[in-house]
Amino acid sequence: MSVIEQVHRPSPWMRIGSVSKYLVLLVAAFLTLGPVVWTAITALTPTDPATQTSQFGFAAFADVFVQVPFWLFTWNSALVTLLIAAGQMLSAAMAGYVFARFDFKGKNLLFALVLATMMVPMQVTIVPVFMLVRGMGLADTLLALIIPALPTAFGTFLMRQYFMGMPPELGEAAEIDGAGPWKVFFSIYLPLSAPGLAIVGILAFNYHWNEFFRPLIMTISEENFTLPLGLVSLQGNLGSGSVSTVLAGVILSMIPAIFVFIFGQRPLREGLTAGSGK
Amino acid sequence: MSITMPTPASDVAAFETLETEHPAPNQRAKRGYRTLIWVFLAPTFIGLGLFTFIPILASMVLAFFRWDIITAPQFVGFQNFAQLFVNPTVGISFLNTIGFVIVAVVVQLAISLALAILVQSRMPDWARTFFRSALFFPLILSAASVSLVMSYLFNQEFGVINQFLGLFGIPKIGWLTTGLGAKIVVLLVYVWQNFGFTFLLFIGGLAAIPKEVYEASSIDGATGWRQFRFITMPLISPTTLVASVMAIISALQIFDQPYVMTKGGPGDETRTAVMVIYDSAFQQLEFGLASAIGIVLTLLIMLVTAIQFRLSRRYVFYG
Repeated sequence: MSVIEQVHRPSPWMRIGSVSKYLVLLVAAFLTLGPVVWTAITALTPTDPATQTSQFGFAAFADVFVQVPFWLFTWNSALVTLLIAAGQMLSAAMAGYVFARFDFKGKNLLFALVLATMMVPMQVTIVPVFMLVRGMGLADTLLALIIPALPTAFGTFLMRQYFMGMPPELGEAAEIDGAGPWKVFFSIYLPLSAPGLAIVGILAFNYHWNEFFRPLIMTISEENFTLPLGLVSLQGNLGSGSVSTVLAGVILSMIPAIFVFIFGQRPLREGLTAGSGK
Repeated sequence: MSITMPTPASDVAAFETLETEHPAPNQRAKRGYRTLIWVFLAPTFIGLGLFTFIPILASMVLAFFRWDIITAPQFVGFQNFAQLFVNPTVGISFLNTIGFVIVAVVVQLAISLALAILVQSRMPDWARTFFRSALFFPLILSAASVSLVMSYLFNQEFGVINQFLGLFGIPKIGWLTTGLGAKIVVLLVYVWQNFGFTFLLFIGGLAAIPKEVYEASSIDGATGWRQFRFITMPLISPTTLVASVMAIISALQIFDQPYVMTKGGPGDETRTAVMVIYDSAFQQLEFGLASAIGIVLTLLIMLVTAIQFRLSRRYVFYG
């Protein structure tokens, strides 16, 4: 459409088209942001049960911490998400580096195996993984969430692509200067792969900060709940009485994700569409 | 969005570069590198082995057994798979899932392609940045939290949606308490949160179409709809194929929204395949049945991926 405007003289129809274009986009933006804005407003105007009137204030936010161990949920979520992200970045960087830079027998088969695991939905493996974790004595612990999520097929694929884009001369030059294999990786390739690592880390954050299915299965006691699970159980406990309290919790749990959205939007977008993966 | 996979196109490309860009062969001989290779591959392969390969094999075996963890497993042949046709809840949940996938994916693709075309049309950079960010924002939120928020918005008595409709004299609709209402809400909430992903894919696909193609066609007199039908559509078809396959795979796994908003109800109206996996394994201790349903789900996903491979060879126009 843009090009039509450039090539033709603008006619009245085009001008109407341009106005309706913005109108449609504004309505779409209102529909995506509206529910979030409504959530914030409702959280900030809780209803006083005694007087049945709404008052502006942070009472609902304070109430979240009274109703549930919100700090503990936040700590659990942060611990799970950060350890998974760090583990995925490291394991993906190492495996991706090997697949990108070395030749060895069975390499193509191994790489095909990695790609094949991306087709297996997590819901299919969850029963055996649950048994396995239980057998390892990790039932109802945060480690039950962390350990199975450490390997990442998609991250490995992404890091391999990233390392393939780097010139092999970098490592060769360092080798001539006497650097050993480990040093070449840790002091030359790994630092240079920071943008790729950021993508893997941000995708891991976005997925695991928000995930619900695995925590629902793997954790039983409230002290091991992550934020999404904690909020759903908070709503279950409160019923429809304290909408503002639940929504205040929702808003608080969004804050880290919004930070990532603002400061990491580029790697986030690249990661989501890289190899068209998410 | 839950599982990750690359496009087959990029897989193929990846394998091709693998053939052509061999690293220096002298590295093969070096001792230190052999150790490094195995040490570096170990975490990923031990992890994938323990938590993906062994579990998928275990699931395949378990699907033929009846097992509640407490008593010994009992071989039942294809009985668990037969539940799909015998057990009404299992059957309905699969039909629900397939119906949901078809409608959700069509709606999601139509909305995201239309909005991507609008965002990629001529406008100031700040406006483009704003709309692009606003439209994929829901993607970063937790589906569980979003579902909590939406269950308040669609509440029959005090929900904002019914209050708004009330302004036009529409009586209060039981969004989450009637079968059709609950289906519509689950669909809307799912599409609301996920269209941003295919939207981003389409933006990438549209940006790759050379401007000259449009210029040439408008000199030939093609405008609006004809340009969309004969230029945009065919040139963007590789993206459309990838986007639809990924949207289908993601939609097949829907769980969070119905679990939080409707618990699968009313009745079984919004029960999905993954909800039945969850219920049969972790509520009824029917681990064999859960595995069988999971295997069927995986086969569906593999089928969709296989169809994508075939279609991408035949119909898609690679410019």
